[in-house]
Amino acid sequence: MKLTLHVWRQKSTSQKGAFETHVMDSVSPDMSFLEMLDELNQALITNGKEPVAFDHDCREGICGSCGVVINGRPHGPQRATTACQLHMRSYQDGQEIWVEPWRASAFPVVKDLMVDRTSFDRIIQSGGFISVRTGSAPDANEIPVPKVDADKAFDAAACIGCGACVAACPNASAMLFTAAKVSHMGLLPQGQPEREQRVLSMVSTMDEEGFGSCTNHKECQEACPKEISIDYISRMNRDYVCASKNKG
Amino acid sequence: MNQAQSFPRSSIGKKFLMAITGLMLLGFVLGHMIGNLKAFQGAEKFDAYALFLKEVGKPVLGKGDFLWMARLGLLAAVGIHIFCAVSLTLQNRKARPVGYKKTAREASTYASRTMLWGGIILALYVIYHILHLTTGHAHHDFGSSVYGNMVAGFKQWPVSLAYVIAQIALGMHLFHGFWSAFRTLGANNPNRDKKLRAIAVFLAVAITAGYLSIPVSVMAGIIQ
Ligand code: HEM
Ligand code: FES
Repeated sequence: MKLTLHVWRQKSTSQKGAFETHVMDSVSPDMSFLEMLDELNQALITNGKEPVAFDHDCREGICGSCGVVINGRPHGPQRATTACQLHMRSYQDGQEIWVEPWRASAFPVVKDLMVDRTSFDRIIQSGGFISVRTGSAPDANEIPVPKVDADKAFDAAACIGCGACVAACPNASAMLFTAAKVSHMGLLPQGQPEREQRVLSMVSTMDEEGFGSCTNHKECQEACPKEISIDYISRMNRDYVCASKNKG
Repeated sequence: MNQAQSFPRSSIGKKFLMAITGLMLLGFVLGHMIGNLKAFQGAEKFDAYALFLKEVGKPVLGKGDFLWMARLGLLAAVGIHIFCAVSLTLQNRKARPVGYKKTAREASTYASRTMLWGGIILALYVIYHILHLTTGHAHHDFGSSVYGNMVAGFKQWPVSLAYVIAQIALGMHLFHGFWSAFRTLGANNPNRDKKLRAIAVFLAVAITAGYLSIPVSVMAGIIQ
């Protein structure tokens, strides 16, 4: 396959960036998107140029490190797929591809396609935990959890924190991420004691970090590689209002 | 700051206030549309209805008191709604200072993306509409008959056109707004989602068509 790549290059957070165009002559349709970028970097290194910086780790769709906006779509065109699991057969021979980093003031560009997502960590630190004794794992079924709740909590826990929801949202809102993290614990019995404080703290950190607000466009749900539903946002709104009422 | 103070400052709190005030305005818009359909029953019934609105609450309330209370309530709702809309829009703009070169919209709708612009059209329209049919400042031939003012106004095509544009903007705003409000309030769930969408479509179409029928009928000579 022949491809024309326009890749965002930016030296550092404070410097201005721009697109750089590269023509790739022999891309295999069986490569993953990241392998295609590896190939590009190999060529750049061979020519004595600076390789393109991009985040990646597991390359099997579970760590949430990777993530670039490809032709306007976070993680590319395939549903429920991270950029590392996306294959070049999703594109056509001769296609032009624009690769950009996540765009949000809460995710400053570190370099090229790499962004700083520690704002997500700070949201988690503000309430995405359960304060209980640590130690060995409790016996299975020691605490009964209704199947429906367990399923819903599990679906929310599938969030890998990649940030595609923020990247896809026209408002750069982090509501889907925060809602998934709030709900994953709020749905389980172990999460009840801190349920109200959790949602209040996490939402307030989310606002302080400079994310936008939700207007129910649904773009996040469409982009989420784990197909997390915006129903969790609705659930978090309700939790937040109830917690505000009780703690008001 | 305690939570009662933080709530209206938070993004979810502001959205909550927008949803509540939006639904209040929707209630008004629906009632007003149904009332206006009395235009099809002729001048006498229509003016009687206008008089009835002035006299609701008699003898406890004086003439026009109910109308003024309703107006103050609506003004407060519109004020809160617009304040939150502007504040959240600024927050959203700040959240993405650098945009994308390429965007692919996959799930959002034209209506959802134009909420602010639809809202601005509505705000301008509300001012014009009050100056036109309530105070008469923007009316070319304002008299004492509410019915007469309406018919004379709509006989002028630029006036009717302004009303038609505003009603279409209202329908779009409500199509997204009604469904979105239930999500914002946390009152949506997977079982209800389809029904709420259907109700949103019904309300948007019914309200827009109901309002549009009046200027269109005047232009067509059905209402004289
Ligand atoms: C007849 C007057 C109006 C009615 C009936 C109305 C109704 C609504 C409703 C029901 C919502 C949904 C709230 C939510 O999603 O939580 C909404 C949202 C909104 N309204 Fe209005 N509104 C009106 C006027 C306005 C005006 C004058 C403005 C702007 C200056 C405006 C701007 C917005 C915006 C920006 C949203 C949020 C969009 C979103 O959630 O996607 N509206 N409106
Ligand atoms: S590299 Fe781990 S999810 Fe893509």
